[in-house]
Amino acid sequence: MSHSTEAGAVPHPALQVPYRDLDQQRETATLGMFVFLLTELMMFGGLFCAYLVYRTLYFPSFLEASRHMDLTIGAINTAVLICSSLTMALGVQAAQKGRSKTIVPYMLVTLLFGCTFLALKGVEYYHHWYMHEVPGFNFEFSSSIPMVDVGKVQLFFALYFIMTGLHALHMLIGIGLVTWITICAYKGRYTAGYHNPVENVGLYWHFVDIVWIYLFPLLYLISRMHT
Amino acid sequence: MAEHVGPKKIYVAVWATLMAMTLITTLVAFVDLGRFNTVVALAIATFKATLVVLFFMGAKYTSRLTRVVIICGIFFLGLLLAFSMADYLTRLWPA
Repeated sequence: MSHSTEAGAVPHPALQVPYRDLDQQRETATLGMFVFLLTELMMFGGLFCAYLVYRTLYFPSFLEASRHMDLTIGAINTAVLICSSLTMALGVQAAQKGRSKTIVPYMLVTLLFGCTFLALKGVEYYHHWYMHEVPGFNFEFSSSIPMVDVGKVQLFFALYFIMTGLHALHMLIGIGLVTWITICAYKGRYTAGYHNPVENVGLYWHFVDIVWIYLFPLLYLISRMHT
Repeated sequence: MAEHVGPKKIYVAVWATLMAMTLITTLVAFVDLGRFNTVVALAIATFKATLVVLFFMGAKYTSRLTRVVIICGIFFLGLLLAFSMADYLTRLWPA
């Protein structure tokens, strides 16, 4: 076993106590981050499950409600998040190569995409509020289709706001984390050996992207063409 | 084991595929495929998510232990969805 602390060798300043070397330390951090993300997956998974069950039970009402989604904004936001994932991946790559200063522009562009997503989501929310589609605040809905029940339509909008709201909260936290990474990278804190925070924030960002990759078809797309 | 650094080309290729898939899934939503609209949309979403996990999140290059953990998580999410839907989808079936 090759100890970094062998006689004569100076341990890397970022190496923490229980770890043999920086590789082992980084792999542990990655594993821990994935375990955390899996708890997140189960939390969102529960909401997805609730959505699928209620969509099955109250099919006509959910179809009618789903037509009130803004498909254009939804599609643009999907593209925006995918672009942000690319810039994040390139930023993490710069970190892996130990180019701390190169991380900064990538993170700034990622932040810009993240804020664009939230701004568009805000426009969408405002439109729902304007159209009296927010359950608990100003919900008003009428439909001439006999199978459509106003209560079930309200349930769709409640699930929509909980799922996209929780996702938007994750985006806000992500923007905070990316800001922190940008500042630390600007100070030159990351090296080829130590950049665990950059990688883990990257993993978090990509996970939030994946959640949207499923929210987009389920809320906006799959009910479009049903008659 | 040194850390694997993915080449920039792969990231750009993955990004282009994800963008193309977003366009395709949006366009397919306007074609009436009956219940297959849902199947196609979820298949494309799963393909996109797989690309993100493998390349952007680096699951393709990570340690075997981490990969086992990822697969376990997806398996348990699958259990949650499969058993819940198996219940609700069959409730109206004649006994």
